[in-house]
Amino acid sequence: MILALVEQDGGKVNLHSLEMLTLARRLAEETAVPLHVVVIGQVVDGLGAHGVTAVHLAEHDALDDYAPAAWAECVVQLIAAERPTAVLAAGTERGNEVMAYLGARLGVVMAANVTAVSPGDDYRVTRLRWGGSLLEEAWLKGEPKLLTVAPLVIQAETVEGGAVEIRPFTPQLSADGLRVKVYGRTQPESGKVTLADARVVVSGGRGVGSAEGFAVLEELADLLGGAVGGSRVATNLGWRSHTAQVGQTGTRVAPDLYIACGISGAIQHWVGCKSARHILAINTDPDAPMVTKADYAVIGDLHEVLPALIAELRQRIQSK
Amino acid sequence: MNILVCIKRVPATGARITLTADERGIDTRNLGFTISPHEECAVEEAVRLVEQFGGSVTVLTLGPAEAAEQLRDALAVGADRAIHLLTDGAEWDPLATANAIIEAARAESFDLLLFGNEAADTGDYQVGIRVAVALGLPCVTGVKGVEVRGETVIARRDFGGGWEMYQVPLPAVFTVKEGLNLPRYPSVPGRLRAKKKPLEQREPARQGGGATSSLEMIRLATPPEQGKTVQILGQGVTAVPRIVEILHELRLV
Repeated sequence: MILALVEQDGGKVNLHSLEMLTLARRLAEETAVPLHVVVIGQVVDGLGAHGVTAVHLAEHDALDDYAPAAWAECVVQLIAAERPTAVLAAGTERGNEVMAYLGARLGVVMAANVTAVSPGDDYRVTRLRWGGSLLEEAWLKGEPKLLTVAPLVIQAETVEGGAVEIRPFTPQLSADGLRVKVYGRTQPESGKVTLADARVVVSGGRGVGSAEGFAVLEELADLLGGAVGGSRVATNLGWRSHTAQVGQTGTRVAPDLYIACGISGAIQHWVGCKSARHILAINTDPDAPMVTKADYAVIGDLHEVLPALIAELRQRIQSK
Repeated sequence: MNILVCIKRVPATGARITLTADERGIDTRNLGFTISPHEECAVEEAVRLVEQFGGSVTVLTLGPAEAAEQLRDALAVGADRAIHLLTDGAEWDPLATANAIIEAARAESFDLLLFGNEAADTGDYQVGIRVAVALGLPCVTGVKGVEVRGETVIARRDFGGGWEMYQVPLPAVFTVKEGLNLPRYPSVPGRLRAKKKPLEQREPARQGGGATSSLEMIRLATPPEQGKTVQILGQGVTAVPRIVEILHELRLV
């Protein structure tokens, strides 16, 4: 049996968990075993369409909010009872975290951010390194195989689904497992489009020149209903808060359009924006990697191009 | 407060990464090296905490002889002593790496152990958690804010555009992310002081999962290029009408 840990957002399967289930289902089919999932605290719908035959639902009063070590305890107990050959989760913050606990508890290694698997006694896996700038092919050895699936790489698919059996269980949770648990949250600023969800991201790098220079990017983002991002240079120079950073050590974005203004396109930045459907680079240097890798490019100074673009868009809005 | 910070030496890559001929490593002949970015912030946070509460910062790395350079960098920005777990340069998988760090950490008593959330190069996401589990300590990962309140620490991390808050007693393990702080640059006097600070070398035995569990690299590869060619919309402001057309095509205006 293949076991997958599914994350949810209020009863709906999280997008990256759907991507992970697509790889998990193919793995289950190739090795001719069933695909089961484990969910913590709350059952989710629609799993049959992802090839799942059984859902193990961990129920416990203490599981009312996220507690990584306790989640891992649930899965460890399920592994002991069900003996899966592999356990998968999405390569999200939580997925990587819970799987690392599993690895530590079971004494086996975990392969993070896998994009492809050739099963066998040992798995031959392809995984991301350098945040996706490089791929690694590796042998994953150990029982069970533990791996997370890289987000935004595999297209989530649905299949003709059958019935899904719900199997509730009550895990034994230790006091240690509950030491680390979310006790509070602050909500995102209301009315602000978040980088991760924006349809348009207007992003600036060294070429913006100063913190004040971001005003034109803000203005364009407002006009397009988008969000403003920045390169590592822009955040390290203190021009933007780190929460705006797009890249390997910041946020991965996947908007319809990514407008890169004055960003040279270091590989650490590229991995943060390459999932955008379209990329427009505005740069004075026609040889900048951001320009050569983009779909569209304007060769010029962003401080000339953006004000002209904003003026044109405003005029169109007014004439309507 | 006695703090251990575990750092990793990684190449400072630019616009593209070139592989070595055997495809098992990065061609670093024209590259400098740095502390992996998340861990630079871990060092900075440790130094700030000790400036505020007193104590000592120990910085540790597992790596080849050259990794002493990154230990000196950490000493130059305020760490007090360094431990170098020396390897012959071969990559250790996360199990073997964690086991060596566990052994070093067990020999001393630290109030706080800081790691990067994941190393920039290998991105294994697990060494800090393995150390925490082996030492029986609570661990918060992805930390971007730390506030000490007596014997407990409030740690926060990103969650859907807001923050997720955790509260743990010390001793504890945190794996941190860039954005936690803005690391300082080493000063010239700092660099001079760093030369006199203690740096202890040890040669740990490589203890992984061995035959039972391991992650063994076969080869590295560069992801396939998407094979598209860039469409130049124009020079400067003359390109504006074309940009507007594209915004229309994408239904963004």
